[in-house]
Amino acid sequence: MWQKIYDDYRDHNFVVIAVAMDNDREATRPWIEAAKPTYPVLIDRYHQLADLYNMVNVPQAVWIDEAGNIVRPAENAGAYEGFRALDFETMTMPEDVTATVKKARATYVAAVRDWAEKGSDSAHVFSRDAARDHCRAPDDTIAKAHVLFRLGLYLLEAGNSVEGDSLLVEASALHPDSWTIWRQAADKLDNGLAAGPDFWQRVSALGDRYYYPPADMAGMPTDGPPKL
Amino acid sequence: MTTVLTELGPVEVTAGPGRDDELWLSAQDTEALTGWTMKHEGLCRDDVCMPVPVERTDDYVRDGLINLAAFWRRMNNPLAYSRNEDSWAFGVSAQARKASLNSLAAPDFSLPDLDGGVHSLSDYRGKKVFLATWASW
Repeated sequence: MWQKIYDDYRDHNFVVIAVAMDNDREATRPWIEAAKPTYPVLIDRYHQLADLYNMVNVPQAVWIDEAGNIVRPAENAGAYEGFRALDFETMTMPEDVTATVKKARATYVAAVRDWAEKGSDSAHVFSRDAARDHCRAPDDTIAKAHVLFRLGLYLLEAGNSVEGDSLLVEASALHPDSWTIWRQAADKLDNGLAAGPDFWQRVSALGDRYYYPPADMAGMPTDGPPKL
Repeated sequence: MTTVLTELGPVEVTAGPGRDDELWLSAQDTEALTGWTMKHEGLCRDDVCMPVPVERTDDYVRDGLINLAAFWRRMNNPLAYSRNEDSWAFGVSAQARKASLNSLAAPDFSLPDLDGGVHSLSDYRGKKVFLATWASW
């Protein structure tokens, strides 16, 4: 998805760093080998980035300028939750929802391209105050959730599944907004996706709240999740 | 052996004897794992020092070892350990994360690619970095 932007702007002092929030390194291999990105793709087995940048879902992205400063903090990288309007019998989405998905992605991609080209002159770069205002700060409960999650993943790897699982459940309960914690911990379908009945139930429980809150950017959806 | 989960993954260390909720490590291991150094002012990193409480010195420093768990709690940083006390994870407080985010300096990290090559965010200083997450799940 980001390869084209990287190709077009790598000569503009621009780089993409993609980070897989994946405890299972090998699960990322087929994706990486299929996409063959020429920018770095890193594996974050213990979701360190979620802890450092207070991220809660994928895809999220952070824009960092040449001096190493955040000019757009962690936010939804152009995804819209069209899947919530999926008709399971026909496996299709209503046309207006498909249009919203496309528009959200196109709007975000255009913004990244604009920044890659113009840097700090891009209208999408936040002022320092605005960047701070858009940072979601963690609280003590979230900080605790991250440490329990890390220990839980390690215990699972070490073969201690009972204690490992219970730590992941506890972490998710402390940080219910984190889909990265929940989905990493969830049972996966045969295709590797954490999209079983529990997932759909948890999504359904969101009601009129977003799964992917849109980035604060002109042109992004403002009407909430798709209505069922 | 005791395993301490650092940002770069699990590291095995030898811990001294202590209560269940204590983790006694050498000054060398403490520094290697956390970046905090034992000095006469206390446990220090950069220009910040956490003094050893005078009235309960033995809970923090004893026989040349440092109770990292006690210091960590005193710094209000989260920690977790397995029931058999063999595995420990040390986190960073919300307050410290907030201060870091509020400075807008992008927190540095070092992570491997699929071939094992380690990349740090700071390697890319001087470029605009579009840092994007994804997952196979």
